[in-house]
Amino acid sequence: MEPNSSRQAATLTDTSQAAIEFNDVRLGFAEGEILRGVTFSAQERETVILLGETGTGKTLLLKLAAGLLRPDSGSIRVLDKDISSLSESDLLAARRQIGFVFQEGALFDSLTVGENVAYRLHEDGVNEDEMEPRVQEVLRFVELPHTSDLLPSELSGGMRRRVAIARALVARPPIVLYDSPTAGLDPITSQTIISLILRLRDVYGVTALLATHRLQDGFALANFHFDPQSKKVRRDSSPEEARTPPTRFLVLRAGKIYFEGSPDELMKSQDPYLQRFLI
Amino acid sequence: MKFVADSPIQAAPGDARAPEVPSVTEVLQDLAKTTVLQVQNYSKLSYHSITNLVSGPRYGQDTLDQMDVIGVGSLPIVLLSGFFIGAVMVLQTGTQFERFGQASLTGDIVSLALVRELGPSITGLLVAGRCSSGIASELGSMVVTEQVDAMRAMGTDPSRKLVTPRVLATLITLPLLTTISVFVGLLGGMVASVLSLRINATTFWERAIKILEFSDIMQGFSKTVVFAFIIATVGCYQGLNVRGGTQGVGRATTQAVVVASVLIIVSDTFLTKIALYLADKFF
Repeated sequence: MEPNSSRQAATLTDTSQAAIEFNDVRLGFAEGEILRGVTFSAQERETVILLGETGTGKTLLLKLAAGLLRPDSGSIRVLDKDISSLSESDLLAARRQIGFVFQEGALFDSLTVGENVAYRLHEDGVNEDEMEPRVQEVLRFVELPHTSDLLPSELSGGMRRRVAIARALVARPPIVLYDSPTAGLDPITSQTIISLILRLRDVYGVTALLATHRLQDGFALANFHFDPQSKKVRRDSSPEEARTPPTRFLVLRAGKIYFEGSPDELMKSQDPYLQRFLI
Repeated sequence: MKFVADSPIQAAPGDARAPEVPSVTEVLQDLAKTTVLQVQNYSKLSYHSITNLVSGPRYGQDTLDQMDVIGVGSLPIVLLSGFFIGAVMVLQTGTQFERFGQASLTGDIVSLALVRELGPSITGLLVAGRCSSGIASELGSMVVTEQVDAMRAMGTDPSRKLVTPRVLATLITLPLLTTISVFVGLLGGMVASVLSLRINATTFWERAIKILEFSDIMQGFSKTVVFAFIIATVGCYQGLNVRGGTQGVGRATTQAVVVASVLIIVSDTFLTKIALYLADKFF
């Protein structure tokens, strides 16, 4: 798929249920318009990789999808709700369907890891007996079962991201938004985080938007899957396997969707701008 | 191939324009707009901090924690300053009264000054210095590390979770702190009057208590409530509106103390006038 073909992609995917739908979304600040008419959709169980240089509005797109920002114009539908027109109190309820992994984790620094992970359960009024096993379950999922009593400041950067994933996951949201989850991490820790995102996708079947400027993260998600039998991450062995669940790339440039398509289409593109990502 | 937009490196050199210098009118317009916006946002935050109490969820434990931080935490400075303010009041006024042979009036004047004015305002300024800055820096740090956004993303209203408990805790603890400060101030005054003016301790205490009327106590109490509201809401507003990373947190902290202190002093004047008018009319 060639640059500027987002409308075509949206048409192709209209037949299935869209979990997230952006329609001509614009957003600007005092320094100028950052998003200039963004239209795309993410189907249920699909992973959409938002690629782009720094400052192209990847984080803004995620914050808009979570209802943390309101667009200047256009509409955003998440799980069949038009979140761009909801009141703040309705938005609070809608956000409980979404897990958000912030770039630096954004863990509450005065709470322990266990309290951070349990935060949402506390808010939902889950009783203490049920809370502890659920916290332990997600901490085991992110392979940090013994960190419950530690403070975030006592963890490494990679561990903090894993706790952030655990915190986003604990309420079992159908949608998870990742804001540059591997930014600033070494390759090995980045790989651990990506494996975790793969497991989350393949075990829980979440719909995901992942903002990154690292192409390899996107390709890892597109070309690997988590095998529940062997409990290992394996490379997809057939094109069919690679398409299930689907992974799609969106490249942002100057506030617009510059490219939308599959990993194969991105790889085969001869566009000079996209080539810069592939080098 | 059609590009949606050109990257910066493709922009022609001739396109670069020098930034326009805004006129004085534009600067004044922007300043007026910013000020109106700030007043509007502060008013909204203040309004919600109170209306949040009407409906749930309520954060009782957070309120208790804040009462501990703001109330118990401020106790040492309030005790120490209260005692010495009472003592210095006696030293300053006592020598003047002695010249007219009315040294026994010292208890009356120190008591009135502490209950009506010095107790609420000095305690208010001390707590503003300690807690407005603390609240602003704590919330500001949470903003720059995206903890407030994380809270919103998890379906929590920061106004309910962060602002209302701090406002409520300050509203409860500042009147108590002021009461303690006034009491300790009178003790300080009593010690100073015994040691310096050779006034009998019982005489000082009796006169200090007897001179007080209901209107004096109400005047002092009403001031503490307003000051408490100013301290907490200004701290929260400055903290939640931090821009510019850690430097912004520092700026917000300073701003919180300055704004809260100035508002306390300005509102004190108007509250005194209103209280005197009401006392004259109804008591």
